[in-house]
Amino acid sequence: MILAGDRFLTRDFDLEHLYRIESYAARGGYQAAAKALKTMTPDEVLEEVKAANLRGRGGAGFPAGIKWGFVPRETDAPRYLCVNADEGEPGTFKDRYLMSHNPHRLLEGMILASYAVGIRTAYVYIRGEYGAIARRLEAAVTEAKASGWLGDHIAGTEFGLEVFIHRGAGSYICGEETALLESLEGKRGHPRLKPPFPASVGLFRCPTVINNVETICNIPDIILHGAEAFLRRGLSRDGGTRLFSVSGAVAKPGCYELPAGASLRELIFDRAGGMRLGRKLKAVIPGGLSAPVLLEKEIDIRLDGDSLVEAGSMLGSAGIIVIDDQTPMTMVLDKMAGFYAHESCGQCSPCRIGTAWMARIASRLRSGRRRDGDLETILRLAANIKGRTLCPMGDAAALPIAALVTKFRDELERTS
Amino acid sequence: MSSKIPERTKRRVEDILSRYPRREAALLPVLSALQEERGFLSPSDEEWAAETLGLPPVKVREVVTFYSLFRRKPAGRHHLQVCTNVSCALNGADGLLSHLRQKLGVSEGEMTGDGRFSLAAVECLGNCDQAPCLMINDEHYGRLDLRTLDEILEKLG
Repeated sequence: MILAGDRFLTRDFDLEHLYRIESYAARGGYQAAAKALKTMTPDEVLEEVKAANLRGRGGAGFPAGIKWGFVPRETDAPRYLCVNADEGEPGTFKDRYLMSHNPHRLLEGMILASYAVGIRTAYVYIRGEYGAIARRLEAAVTEAKASGWLGDHIAGTEFGLEVFIHRGAGSYICGEETALLESLEGKRGHPRLKPPFPASVGLFRCPTVINNVETICNIPDIILHGAEAFLRRGLSRDGGTRLFSVSGAVAKPGCYELPAGASLRELIFDRAGGMRLGRKLKAVIPGGLSAPVLLEKEIDIRLDGDSLVEAGSMLGSAGIIVIDDQTPMTMVLDKMAGFYAHESCGQCSPCRIGTAWMARIASRLRSGRRRDGDLETILRLAANIKGRTLCPMGDAAALPIAALVTKFRDELERTS
Repeated sequence: MSSKIPERTKRRVEDILSRYPRREAALLPVLSALQEERGFLSPSDEEWAAETLGLPPVKVREVVTFYSLFRRKPAGRHHLQVCTNVSCALNGADGLLSHLRQKLGVSEGEMTGDGRFSLAAVECLGNCDQAPCLMINDEHYGRLDLRTLDEILEKLG
């Protein structure tokens, strides 16, 4: 079931100047920050977010409240908040919507997260290609400072927060949280070995919280209306709504807000206008390019973390790429393998060599020059990358490629 | 060496440095600011960044060669970056790219003889609902077909 009109993250998006602080404040903006700072302790904020089961919206789905709870209390070291606005997962553009329409909601969420964890300095790591949005965020920070919502003594309290916008420079791997930290420290985006986890050893070796933009944008509502109300908005165990980026061969590509647990088929056919140009649906990538592909017969599924894992895929960043019956899967495989080969940071041999090898084969298949054993080689390479790299990108490359080759083996053999 | 860096860039760099507890953390934004001046990063830009941030030059080179938005050779006045990832490919990105190759007479990574245009094929730009899309310098353009693309190029001058 889709509950039409139940919009929270995208509420007021039709308002032309929502990105200005007066418009945001007129629609109730910064009330959650005022409530928390004046009437709640940091622990009460933390507990409310924990109770809401706010799962991370960036890809991994880890509960935000639990993540915050890992930050050690007894430390004199500064703590940092890094908002992950790197949004590089192909097929994903929801954070762009959130930041361009409503940058102050992000800042308000950052105030709440920082208050809960005892943070006084926060960075937004935004991908280099989002220049106009970075400028909009800078403008919002300036407005918030001028209105007393950032800087020292926010809302007349002892709490203060500085926010800096940091632009990346073009690299998919920097969306991985430890690569993001390395990049923010001025280095190549090479993921770190975990543990230690960023909560204890993060930015500048200090305790650090890293949350996705959409995750942070949910916090003002949780604080204002409570965890209960947030949980009720989901149709399954996951709390709240999700922003789905729908693209590919649909009539109305776009960003749609639906309860967590809504139906994939209804999202595509009722919201996104169904297939364009009378095409038929052949396959769906349900959670950004790294999510294993689903066949047409598999799309009667709830869009929540657990349901997609059961189906052998993942909700990931909720970027949904719809593939039509006239698209050759050799093309999709070629693009997919080429992407991971280009974006591998090169640290781990299985990923560096394996993705490049898979890409060479995929390119050969697309041009119709398949050799005996090519598909087996791809599957063997994928199996040897999986679980053998120090960051999740190895799996992110291996799993969708293996799924595509397995599920479309007949077509690939016929057409390559 | 450092005399080639314009004063306004030096002032911007001072502001950038104030945002981080460690100077080297400013490397990416400093390189971006330097690249904005000339459209690419010259060896002397890299040396200036290294000196200013107290880094060995090799550390700067490592970073410049890692990130796709940093360029070590001149780009055209209008640098075209065409997304070729899946969502755009499902909407005709490969056709746009071959059209541009033919029209401009260059391949990816090259610049036209008059220095007007340079061409690159890039990964997902996060604009998939506007597929097929591209960036020209810092601006995004979407829902393109061959005709709208030609019109945009005409207007650029």
